[in-house]
Amino acid sequence: MGDNIVGIEYNRVTNASSTDFPGHSSSEDNSWDIEKFKDQFDIQISYITERTANFDLVNIDTSISNAFRRIMIAEVPSVAAEAVYMFMNTSVIQDEVLAHRIGLIPLKIDPDLLNWVDKTQDENERYTEENTVVLSLDVVCSKNTHAPKNSTNPKELYKNAHVYAKDLKFEPQGNQAERFKNSPVVASDPDILLAKLRPGQEISLRAHCVLGIGSDHAKFSPVATASYRLMPVIDIKEPIKGSSAKRFQKCFPSGVIAINNNGEAYVKDARKDTVSREVLRHDEFDGKVKLGRKRDHFIFNVESTGAMSPEEIFFKSVRVLKNKAQYLRNCPISQ
Amino acid sequence: MADSEDVSMVEEKVEQTEEQEQEYDLEKIKLLPGSSDDGTAASFQIIDEDHTLGNAIRYIIMKNPEVEFCGYSIPHPSENKLNIRIQTYGNITALEALHQGLDNLAELCTVIEDRFSEKIEAGGYKTVEP
Repeated sequence: MGDNIVGIEYNRVTNASSTDFPGHSSSEDNSWDIEKFKDQFDIQISYITERTANFDLVNIDTSISNAFRRIMIAEVPSVAAEAVYMFMNTSVIQDEVLAHRIGLIPLKIDPDLLNWVDKTQDENERYTEENTVVLSLDVVCSKNTHAPKNSTNPKELYKNAHVYAKDLKFEPQGNQAERFKNSPVVASDPDILLAKLRPGQEISLRAHCVLGIGSDHAKFSPVATASYRLMPVIDIKEPIKGSSAKRFQKCFPSGVIAINNNGEAYVKDARKDTVSREVLRHDEFDGKVKLGRKRDHFIFNVESTGAMSPEEIFFKSVRVLKNKAQYLRNCPISQ
Repeated sequence: MADSEDVSMVEEKVEQTEEQEQEYDLEKIKLLPGSSDDGTAASFQIIDEDHTLGNAIRYIIMKNPEVEFCGYSIPHPSENKLNIRIQTYGNITALEALHQGLDNLAELCTVIEDRFSEKIEAGGYKTVEP
């Protein structure tokens, strides 16, 4: 196997760290070369939907891929409720718990339309129409006089018995109605249950939403998940035939191993493998198969919370890393 | 000698064009004690950075053939500090190696961004989850 394959054995992994550095091998140069990188680096997009993206970064080091993953989770900015002002809350859910729940609701607000809150300013002047979106939640629960007789369903018996994320309404401030005209401010997932009410109970509040990053609080993270896995490699060393091939096939998820006309097992799609190592538990296949993963082939899966498209989140992570490098490049060095 | 002069000229140009737009944090990066007199070995401390930049910058500096050693550490998990040590073979200073690394990293990001937008524009991928 090549030296860019991480070996996966019964109870351990081998060859896990990269060695592509100058001075490591006498036959290869391994110096940083942007032209060489341009030639070798590749992106393969599997699918991009409204909420999820799945793509491969090929021939790139773990340190760089991992930086993008970490940045997508913790450093790409998004908008979430930061301050909640309660006017009335007679529900059974406490003020602070309700405020916390509202904070965690993913909002469909384009982060590029807001500025950062200047924390150095006085608290009374800090929040403006440029950096804060106000959402209101006003619900009163009442009896439904037209409820069917003998009904025990709260949704039929009462009006507004359930408070959902979609009940959060945008309160445009200043020029915001114009600014957010093309991207209406709503909760990304309208059916998140916030609280349950009974007749006579009432919730009335205002939520102030600002820009933030995931490293400050998870509610600001623009992704539900951003992860990568390495491309699996299945190397069949000796032919596996007949009924043995059928059993071999069963060791992998469906679609990974296929059997040809001669009854011999072959690898059809290693990408689908979960690398469960089931095959290594069977003595029958001992020495006949070698499992591994490509160290420089990353299969990314990015799931957005709804404010931005997943590909935009990846773009922004690249720009964040670039900005970090350029900023630090120009910082004066103090003693 | 000719090499190091070229580098410093490029440095000046970059600084002149970008300095007008942005203010830079004077406390962001400092030189730690323990550098060699000729500056070919030095440690730096960067504030408000973590493994995200630390490991990426370590990798790209190690790719520099003039660099003998590069390593980083987060000295304590509850302090947002990043220490990075660079030792060169003597042809460039540790600071030059750091700057070259940061330039290479920014250039690398540009390549990735361009390649990704190319692929998005080219289309041909699925728009539903299989």
